[in-house]
Amino acid sequence: MTLSLPGFADPVADAQACFRAVLTAMSRPGTPQRITSPLTPPAPLGIAAAAVLLTLVDGDTSLYLADHFANAADWLRFHCGTDPSPDRTTAGFVLADSLPDLATLAQGSDEAPQDSATLLLPVESLTAGARFTLRGPGLQAPTPLAVTGLPPDFAARWAANHAQFPRGIDLILCAGDTLVALPRSLSLGEA
Amino acid sequence: MAYVAVKGGERAIDNAHAWLAEARRGNPAVPDLTLAQIQQQMGRAVDRVMAEGALYDPELAALAIKQAQGDLIEAAFLLRAYRTTLPRFGYAAPVDTAAMALRRRISAVYKDLPGGQLLGPTYDYTHRLLDFLLAAGATPPPAAEAAEPAAAMPRVADILAQEGLIETHTDTGTEPGDLTREPLAFPAGRDIRLQALARGDEGFLLAMGYSTQRGWGGSHPFVGELRVGEVTVEITPPELGFAIDIGDITLTECALVNQFKGSKTVPPQFTSGYGLTFGHAERKAMGMALVDRAMRAEELGEDATAPAQNIEFVLYHSDNIEGTGFVEHLKLPHYVDFQSELEAIRRMREDTK
Amino acid sequence: MTALPPHVARQRWMSVLARATAADLADRLAACPALPDHIRLRGPESGLVMLRGRAGGAGSQFNLGEMTVTRCTVRNADGFVGHAYIQGRDHATAALAAALDAGLQDPARQPDLLRTVIEPLATAQAEQRAAQARRAAATKVEFFTMATMRS
Repeated sequence: MTLSLPGFADPVADAQACFRAVLTAMSRPGTPQRITSPLTPPAPLGIAAAAVLLTLVDGDTSLYLADHFANAADWLRFHCGTDPSPDRTTAGFVLADSLPDLATLAQGSDEAPQDSATLLLPVESLTAGARFTLRGPGLQAPTPLAVTGLPPDFAARWAANHAQFPRGIDLILCAGDTLVALPRSLSLGEA
Repeated sequence: MAYVAVKGGERAIDNAHAWLAEARRGNPAVPDLTLAQIQQQMGRAVDRVMAEGALYDPELAALAIKQAQGDLIEAAFLLRAYRTTLPRFGYAAPVDTAAMALRRRISAVYKDLPGGQLLGPTYDYTHRLLDFLLAAGATPPPAAEAAEPAAAMPRVADILAQEGLIETHTDTGTEPGDLTREPLAFPAGRDIRLQALARGDEGFLLAMGYSTQRGWGGSHPFVGELRVGEVTVEITPPELGFAIDIGDITLTECALVNQFKGSKTVPPQFTSGYGLTFGHAERKAMGMALVDRAMRAEELGEDATAPAQNIEFVLYHSDNIEGTGFVEHLKLPHYVDFQSELEAIRRMREDTK
Repeated sequence: MTALPPHVARQRWMSVLARATAADLADRLAACPALPDHIRLRGPESGLVMLRGRAGGAGSQFNLGEMTVTRCTVRNADGFVGHAYIQGRDHATAALAAALDAGLQDPARQPDLLRTVIEPLATAQAEQRAAQARRAAATKVEFFTMATMRS
């Protein structure tokens, strides 16, 4: 195992701050949250994605890593205490480099919707690009979102995911140190 | 059962806590008790709290005992609560009790067993007369040392097994269940039973073990071996990929040898009950072994009629943290429950008039 | 003689470090050249390890109860990564043990550190174990029978 980079400088306080950021992002969909804790994850892992994994993943959590992130596997194994799972269809957390077919990830059940996957997807930008309008719990008024890095048919694919509520995956988009969450309860229109 | 939030106790509770703190400290003219004193001079209490708190950390156990004013069940409760704040780093390799650095090792079945009988620091042959020299604060002379150190000694169960006279245990390789992760469910395998007994209440295990001796599920036990000493704890961190020692812990192990008449498939042979517990705790380890054997009645084709043989009964009532929680919650306000009972009684009395 | 796998020496010094107190380590370190600077990669942090026994002593495993463990990982200025896992909750001991593990992997520092830190600690620990074993041996029952007395 090659180790050269630390995790959070202050594991408790930094993880709490990141947890707060994810919670706010999930309850205020479309509102970007910045991770301000100093963090130097191994490439190609970005700061926001790395912080979310350090915060939410531990030895009791399953994580699937896309091959693209193989270079970060040892770092995650060491700091999260998890051995990345080879099975994308059952993992609780999935770190992908391009949007997978959402229906192939763990969907949860009507009795246990919490058993679905949380998908982390790095994108190029959360301030420019394809424009969407978000509606749903946590949003008083339709909220705009611009993303560079999603496939052209994203709105249709998201609609299929949203239609399964309370089942379905939750998506966290990460760009550098910033993240935006799209919980499954959210409906999304192209603007 | 229903509960109702009642306000107004806040100041009373604050004042009660303040008085508790003062009462815990006692007369300030008497020196404050240090954790080192508790750890060094109240070792058996520390061991019991670690065992029933299911957390090996003598310093924390000493703090818990100080905080609980010596109420050992309350102290074990404090340890159980504390452990929930810590992450689980992993699992240790099973301890090798055959390699134990022995302080004490006795057998009631073989006088001349390989390695011999080591009495160790035991109360067994004391006269149970109060020692007023201790009250005067006497320092004892240093313990005697032999010229040659005692070596690691084979376990009596392994000696008997070599002759084929006792059931042999083989590792099925199955991952054991874990009560700290999954709630108790039935049927409970021996892995779960042993974990529950290891953290079970010493008094409960003593009473249940005693009941088997008095005929409530008897199985003719002999103490095959009782050993106390230190074993090495070994883990294999994934980032290293090889096993490392992380320290030593004190354990007490009791292997009972019990009569077994045999069955259709098994010839007559000895069976065993097993006890393993944190610290120096012989009564606990023996009670555990008696109850472990009793709970194997059904597995061994014996009648399971006595309380100690009833797995659900034993496991549901062995945990003193759960027990104290459920019993002591009766002190909490039940004003609404009681009001409804009161009304029901009054109505019934009206009806009979 | 076949060469031992490279981790055997490391296992030994890690086991000695795991049994040392922070005061032991600080005392021994005062007697040798300063360790290089290091950054902490993880910890020191305290957590739990679940201990296990075997049914009947040799059978299937069961979970016995947990113990507190503190771990720390550092990377020193020479690029060596040191790990420590030690019983208890003492962060200072774990941090020192990890820094020593990093230094001990450096062939240039290893002989000095083994001589001034590890060997003296190993000797003291072995003597402590032997003293207990001698006390235990002093309580060994020497049975004798009437027949033996007559002979």
